[in-house]
Amino acid sequence: MYRYDEFDEKFVAERAAQFRRQVKRRLAGELTEDQFRPLRLMNGLYLQLHAYMLRVNVPYGTLSSKQMRCFAHIARKYDRNFGHFTTRQNIQYNWIKLEQAPDIIKALADAEITSIQSSGNCVRNITSDQYAGCAKDELADPRVYCELLRQYSFLHPEFSYLPRKFKIAVTGSPNDRAAVAVHDIGLRMHKNDQGELGFEVLVGGGLGRTPYIGQTIRKWLAPEHLLSYVEAILRVYNMLGRRDNIHKARIKIIVNQMGIDKYRELVDKEWELTKNGALKVPAAELERINAYFAPPAYEKLADLTVELGAERNADRAFDRWMRGNVIEHKVPGYAIVNISLKAPGRVPGDITADKMDAVADLADRYSFGEIRVSHRQNLVLVDVKQSDLQQLWRELFALELATPNLGLLSDIICCPGLDYCALANARSIPIAQDISRAFTDLDELQRIGNFTINISGCMNACGHHHVGHIGILGVDKRGEEFFQLTLGGASDQHASLGDRLGPGLPQAEVPGAIRKIVDTYLEMRTHEERFIDTYRRVGIEPFKGAVYGAEARTH
Amino acid sequence: MSLIKAGKVVEDVFFDASQADAVPPSGAVIVSFDQWQAQRDALLARDAPLGIRLHSDQSPELIAADVQRFALIALEFPKFRDGRAYSYARLLRERYGFKGELRAVGDVLMEQLFFMLRTGFDAFDLQQSPDPVAAFQTAMADFSVWYQPTGDGRKTAVELRLGRR
Repeated sequence: MYRYDEFDEKFVAERAAQFRRQVKRRLAGELTEDQFRPLRLMNGLYLQLHAYMLRVNVPYGTLSSKQMRCFAHIARKYDRNFGHFTTRQNIQYNWIKLEQAPDIIKALADAEITSIQSSGNCVRNITSDQYAGCAKDELADPRVYCELLRQYSFLHPEFSYLPRKFKIAVTGSPNDRAAVAVHDIGLRMHKNDQGELGFEVLVGGGLGRTPYIGQTIRKWLAPEHLLSYVEAILRVYNMLGRRDNIHKARIKIIVNQMGIDKYRELVDKEWELTKNGALKVPAAELERINAYFAPPAYEKLADLTVELGAERNADRAFDRWMRGNVIEHKVPGYAIVNISLKAPGRVPGDITADKMDAVADLADRYSFGEIRVSHRQNLVLVDVKQSDLQQLWRELFALELATPNLGLLSDIICCPGLDYCALANARSIPIAQDISRAFTDLDELQRIGNFTINISGCMNACGHHHVGHIGILGVDKRGEEFFQLTLGGASDQHASLGDRLGPGLPQAEVPGAIRKIVDTYLEMRTHEERFIDTYRRVGIEPFKGAVYGAEARTH
Repeated sequence: MSLIKAGKVVEDVFFDASQADAVPPSGAVIVSFDQWQAQRDALLARDAPLGIRLHSDQSPELIAADVQRFALIALEFPKFRDGRAYSYARLLRERYGFKGELRAVGDVLMEQLFFMLRTGFDAFDLQQSPDPVAAFQTAMADFSVWYQPTGDGRKTAVELRLGRR
């Protein structure tokens, strides 16, 4: 993985020192809260319901075991022994004191971690495929371009006060695990007709109160032009994006108001003047970064299909976990192991300091010391020898980190909600807990198959509810919490926004409604059809009827 | 409020007439875009440095053909959070070749000085700072590494890395 050189190191140390000075000025009253807010936000520090929350970047979801131990250390020393992994591959601490924030940021900097631009109206943490570099279906490793963008975006003098936040995601695989279509800029690596690798560029996707699927602004972009093209998109947005209304300030609004063709025209006009300038990516710099992502020292091994088959036959629980959480690796003899942070009744994405340390140890012993974070709030050990799988499974099982539910109904995305968040209208965590407790039968979960439930505690949609197969949105109706269901959302290469099922339900009725939706699906599906495919085939009506009864059909 | 140039507090030789009813007959002045449009010939006939002040919704594209006629261009930050002028400054310096004084006016605070400097501003109407020179120096000293090439010519981390090979 990428390691800081002397320049990166110095930059991050200088940023930490600057933040310490800014906090000092705030505590001394030299900065008003209004002036301080964007400064602390651009260092990831939010003021929430009960305390400050610190959001720390995991650039494109890649972590070393050393960095994971640093996360554990922060959780123990400055928080309440746990952290929360988010839908943007970051980690959040919920109980931070302002006075201690500079020390935390310094400790993170020493481990080559930052919270720079994890919030604020600037380019946020660059996200990507959690299996980057290891996935069998991958065309190219997206991390080198993520890292290029990470450096380019940090404290950009022109784009640190954009109209609104700006999120970029990159996928190197045609099977999009990075949800690029719901980002301000989505980059999809693919080959053009000449067989050259480049990017399809999507722009204007996003969730929140006005969700849109991103549109293609450029079908193919040469990698050397990546930064100049992104800069052209950002410059047009910075100058034309709305400043008068925070709810209409995202790039998706302007792209959809003027139309993608007009936006493309403006970007191209700008880009023509800059594309061969200082932002052209030097091949030597690409090579330098690429070298950090060279494959680890894989052994020459053969796939152990037969041996593993015997072990799986002998142990049903191991077999379930293999089927659920282990996926193919591009290198023979290796496998990708997903660690579900979605045990029944637990808070999705939460993990204790002790378990962080334990995962770091497992990464050192079984996966070249590297850990990935997925936007679905799980962890991954990407380079595990197949011959180690059973032993690793036993250890994960003992840690209660072997719930075999990856991609299944209880693998729920959930935002922190009203338990923590100052923006939330409703408590999302208890809903996730209720649903996961209602679906604990592992055989049943595997029978139901691939299913995504995404829960947000308000319309800001941190839980990506619009793109869950089932989306659940918490709303406040005259002081009472209700939950609106949407069906048919997806965030992969066939991204779509969910359709509203009907009136909001009280918390107690949500698990029952999910049960009815699942039963209806099981009745209507053909053979191996996934829920999303059944839904797309039959439409919303049968599900509406199942949840709201016959009277719904008369409306 | 203090005007900072080249790290020092300096006296403002320009009279800001952009809000005034009439432009004074002599002396260095700053006019609004509307005044410039309405009185262009008269303003050019004056025998004194001319400046123009643009609102944050007035792109310098409006004056692209005329930038060399101005000794000073002032770009407004109505709120420090409104970052349009960072783009405008780069356009003026890097695209339209403006060489005169580029002044940041409005809600200009210490914490944004560095971004302003890097995008091409060289004069700052700094708000509410008890010791503006110290504030400027602190802001300038915060960073010695930067990743983005802009028209200010500072070498980026990438250029320094390549230069070492």
